[in-house]
Amino acid sequence: MTLTVDVTVSRDAFDVRAAFEVPDGRVLGIVGPNGAGKSSLLAAIAGLVDASGAIRLGETDLLAVPAQRRGIGVVFQDFLLFPHLSVLDNVAFAARVRGGGWTAARAKADPWLTRFDLTELAQRHPDALSGGQAQRVAVARALAAEPAVLLLDEPMASLDVEIRDDVRADLARHLREFGGPAIVVTHDREDAAALADEVLVLERGRVVQRGTLAELAAAPATPWVERFAR
Amino acid sequence: MRVSSRPKHVGRSGRAGPVVAVLAAVGLALLVLPLLGLLLRAPWAELPGLLASEAVLQALGLSLGTAAVSTVLCLTFGIPIAVLLSHSVHWGVVPRRLLRAAITIPLVLPPVVGGIALLLLLGRRGIVGQWLAEIGITIPFTTGAVVIAQTFVAMPFLVFAVEGALRSADRRSELAAATLGATPGQTFRLVTLPLVAPGIAAGAVLCFTRALGEFGATITFAGSFPGVTRTLPIASYLAMNSDPDTAIALALVLLAVSLVVLLGLRDRWLPGVVK
Amino acid sequence: MLRLIAVAAGVVVLAGCAAPQTSTVTVLAAASLTDALDEASAAYRAEHPDVEIVVGYGGSSALAEQIVSGAPADVFFAANEATMQTVVDASLAVDPEVLLTNTLELVVPAGNPGEVRGLADLADPQLVVALCDPSVPCGAAAVQLLDLAGVTASVDTYEDDVRAALTKVALGEVDAALVYRTDVAAAGDAVEGIEIPEAASVVNRYPVALLADAADPAAAQEFLDFLRSAEGREVFERAGFVAP
Repeated sequence: MTLTVDVTVSRDAFDVRAAFEVPDGRVLGIVGPNGAGKSSLLAAIAGLVDASGAIRLGETDLLAVPAQRRGIGVVFQDFLLFPHLSVLDNVAFAARVRGGGWTAARAKADPWLTRFDLTELAQRHPDALSGGQAQRVAVARALAAEPAVLLLDEPMASLDVEIRDDVRADLARHLREFGGPAIVVTHDREDAAALADEVLVLERGRVVQRGTLAELAAAPATPWVERFAR
Repeated sequence: MRVSSRPKHVGRSGRAGPVVAVLAAVGLALLVLPLLGLLLRAPWAELPGLLASEAVLQALGLSLGTAAVSTVLCLTFGIPIAVLLSHSVHWGVVPRRLLRAAITIPLVLPPVVGGIALLLLLGRRGIVGQWLAEIGITIPFTTGAVVIAQTFVAMPFLVFAVEGALRSADRRSELAAATLGATPGQTFRLVTLPLVAPGIAAGAVLCFTRALGEFGATITFAGSFPGVTRTLPIASYLAMNSDPDTAIALALVLLAVSLVVLLGLRDRWLPGVVK
Repeated sequence: MLRLIAVAAGVVVLAGCAAPQTSTVTVLAAASLTDALDEASAAYRAEHPDVEIVVGYGGSSALAEQIVSGAPADVFFAANEATMQTVVDASLAVDPEVLLTNTLELVVPAGNPGEVRGLADLADPQLVVALCDPSVPCGAAAVQLLDLAGVTASVDTYEDDVRAALTKVALGEVDAALVYRTDVAAAGDAVEGIEIPEAASVVNRYPVALLADAADPAAAQEFLDFLRSAEGREVFERAGFVAP
């Protein structure tokens, strides 16, 4: 189903306004300078901050639906893994809150650990994970909830440079396998190139341009786009 | 959001200045020397006999029992108060300060005054107590009154410990839980409570030791009767009138129980706090 | 730090110089003496404006313990001789003299909601009964009195001094308590006293003594002489105390 977004998010300095669609199987990159409102936009889509306008998935209006029933998975910038739960229980959390107890939930989480190569880390706690491992747990945890939409907020930002290429390739593969509409917020051109099908540029709360990186490079709408796409 | 693990100034200098060291030493002496006096003056030879006496065992049993029940009550009502308090940052200044003041009152009020207030509320002629008396419930001079007095004075310790933990915990984990489908209730139970568990445990320990040491509100509101309302501190105080050795023995028991709770439970249950 | 201490010391010295004539007599006295002794002190002050009388009231036994532990006081006024004896035994009191006597009385809240008639009613478990703790003089006297009368009281609370017991009666939380008849008089309309015939056989004798460590023995002695004088005794007799 297609995710349709046309929202205004109130913020102290300026409102964030954006309208776009993301069809199934497509990954939209949202890029822009720091403080442009990228994360606010993502939080509004996830239902974590208030917004006005419309957020639709297919024909269903999600705007009035609380976050826990929107079916929108989020990979947060610093992952926000539950520090008191093991890797296994982090991934099992979504199944646990749907009822049935921890044992059943862990059984459901098991295939996700295998898929994300986390089986050996199952009993570790988040403070004993490397950045790359934590990111895999965060993505596995979000996908294990079987969301209709996946949002990723700067998923590469807290990773060491040496491992980025590998992690990025893995993440791109998982995003392709996901199948629903996905949005990746990033400020990094390489991440946008590897993960997103096209990008939307946000500056001071406004969409200034949308297109593939090649289109952006060919006709940059602003100096920031010119520097970014070059 | 990501903060470097340690502020820079920590460890810059391993030694405090001489003024700080002297003042800290004087302060510590004030805290520790009275206890030392108690230990030196204790009638060690007669102690086993004194401690085995029925009066001491009765007071000890009553104190442990009532303090445990009070701690459970503080947890039951104090955690919700702490949650309310942590939400109050979104309120107006006046209601927020009123709430905080209401919780702080038992901390700053002389416990005897707290006992008088409880008597005026729950006594047979009290505002609520007269209704209770009509249906045959009288609270003063019962073990229940001891528990109420202890809960009254100990509650702030729990509330502020839990509120502090709520404030310092990374509450964004609750947002993550919501995106995974958790209802607010599930989020509180599965994420928030475990995150603040060290704070709750620390609060419960403080709460228990405060309840154990409670004197003024108890003697005023609950009175003093062996086995019913005469807790360790009251027994110790009354024994001071006639039999200082017994008073010291009772005080030692109180001190020992408090120390065991504070030291023993900390290491086992509160690695997060000790670390 | 040192400068601060020097300044503080200077303030103390100046305060001392400002009123060179003033001397202070510190009295520790049984709780049952509260109102009468306040009145006596005021009467004394009226004649000796240069003397400050500071009185600390409490359970006699606790006060005796404080004196033995070094509490700075000039005069001790106890509610029974046994308590005074602990101070004498510690060589801290000089020649105590019994100045007053007092007897116990039943006290009930105004209107007597528990319908208490005499000592025997204290055995009723339905009534809320307060006694002083046996470790303080009024409690010791109560135990003696109940023994004499052959009554096993159904006690709900042992209070740490007589005024605490009295207050709980005045608040209506206690149906009956045994306190001194002087306390009943002092509590006014909130309570009613019930005289008990057996009480005459248990008499509390109130000794007063100059303490060995008195800071200003001359001033303290002068105050003691006033308490012994006809004028002093009259204040106590008005409050219901009886001369020995």
